[in-house]
Amino acid sequence: MSINAAIVGYGVYLPVYRIKDVEIAKVWGRDVRRVPIKEKTVPGPDEDSLTMAFEASLNALRRAKIPPIEIEAVFVGSESPPYAVKPSATVIAEALGATPKLYAVDMEFACRAGTTAMGIVIGMVSSGIIKYGLAIGTDTAQGRPGDELDYTAAAGAAAYIFSNPGKDTIATVEGTYSYVTDTPDFWRREGETFPRHTFRFTGEPAYFTHIIGAAKGLMEKMGLKPSDFNHVVFHQPNVKFPLRVAKMLGFTMEQIKYGLLTGEIGNTYAAASPIGLANILDHAKPGERVLIVSFGSGSGSDAISFIVQDGIESRRHLAPYVEYYIKRKKYVNYSTYAKFRNLLKMR
Amino acid sequence: MAYTKSVPRIWRERIRKYRLLGGVCNDCGKVFYPSRRFCPRCGSGNVNKVTLPRTGKILYFTVIRNAPTEFKSFEPYILALIELDNGARILAQLTDIDLEEVYEGMPVEAVFRKYKEQGRDGVIEYGIKFRPRE
Ligand SMILES: [Zn+2]
Repeated sequence: MSINAAIVGYGVYLPVYRIKDVEIAKVWGRDVRRVPIKEKTVPGPDEDSLTMAFEASLNALRRAKIPPIEIEAVFVGSESPPYAVKPSATVIAEALGATPKLYAVDMEFACRAGTTAMGIVIGMVSSGIIKYGLAIGTDTAQGRPGDELDYTAAAGAAAYIFSNPGKDTIATVEGTYSYVTDTPDFWRREGETFPRHTFRFTGEPAYFTHIIGAAKGLMEKMGLKPSDFNHVVFHQPNVKFPLRVAKMLGFTMEQIKYGLLTGEIGNTYAAASPIGLANILDHAKPGERVLIVSFGSGSGSDAISFIVQDGIESRRHLAPYVEYYIKRKKYVNYSTYAKFRNLLKMR
Repeated sequence: MAYTKSVPRIWRERIRKYRLLGGVCNDCGKVFYPSRRFCPRCGSGNVNKVTLPRTGKILYFTVIRNAPTEFKSFEPYILALIELDNGARILAQLTDIDLEEVYEGMPVEAVFRKYKEQGRDGVIEYGIKFRPRE
């Protein structure tokens, strides 16, 4: 069966607060010249993955130009839900006005859950089960204070509305591919605040193997090569990994430039590659081919290819660009950051 | 012990807290928040529910320095009377803002945020707040 789905709306959200990696390095006595990124987003004390998902979804609805009640599926991909048990999807849907005739569920697959939500909505739309579906990647990721992840773990959300391709479509889905194995490079046990990771695994057997597996798998299945794509976005836990995987696969800097944002905003986990895709859509022209490849620890990657359509021109200005959120910022120092992120034990 | 709303009450109020759902009077034209059965100006029952605009400006504000226990972690914060673009007025908390930034007439936009947490194991209440609009 062929895919019959397209992006008809997309939106992102980033919190206003930032912390510079240099500020974190000073606190922990690390060489300030050897930090992985420039700065990262920090959620405000009243923000969580659910509230950010709502804001991104509202932006997606603005571009889709449909009443919220037409949304028939809300899938939320996140590794930082506010509750261990109780879905975020229901609150988001209720706040948007999409209840009660609705498929809704929370999904977890580390940084990959956002694109997996997209894949499932694409399937439901293609099969005709639903007309409009919303897929969200959202996270307020936390690293153990002073740990390598403390320098990159950031917060953000991206939301995509899919439907059957029509005349105002933003981008049609051309193909999807998923690549999954049991590779334990990163995990967080129930009740634990911070994740653990194995550095031996993070690079080769985890990130690179799965991204390359999904990207090559998709290109072979579709009969495409790297030069057929105008833009590509990879999951971006730092700046180094996506640059290296792009080179290994044969993509150029020109293809990766709009999708790579970690240096400015940090690793937004399940939102990372979807926010990169949004920035590509903010800049893309009709007819261009776009590839997104996510990665989630545990481990797996989704690859999805899109063809940008004419609808992008009349819709992209209907909600704030990724650039707007990147430039809208207020710096905080480490003590404010620690207070916002509840790193201080006050009880 | 701090007063905490019962879960059934939070549930009943959720739509009003989550969405900017107001009322418009078909007789005198008054727009108001939250939506209710009778017009607060002329008493008419001829009112419709309406989704209010998410942008407006601050009319008045006050700084809360001695917050109730459940809001302690957000203290000090600003409570403001906001006039939305269609004239409806709403009393709401401001967020993403430092105390010295706020002024009467400041343009603001609605956002969906955490209101309070009923302790570590209780429910989390969500609702509308307003933040400065660039
Ligand atoms: Zn009236």
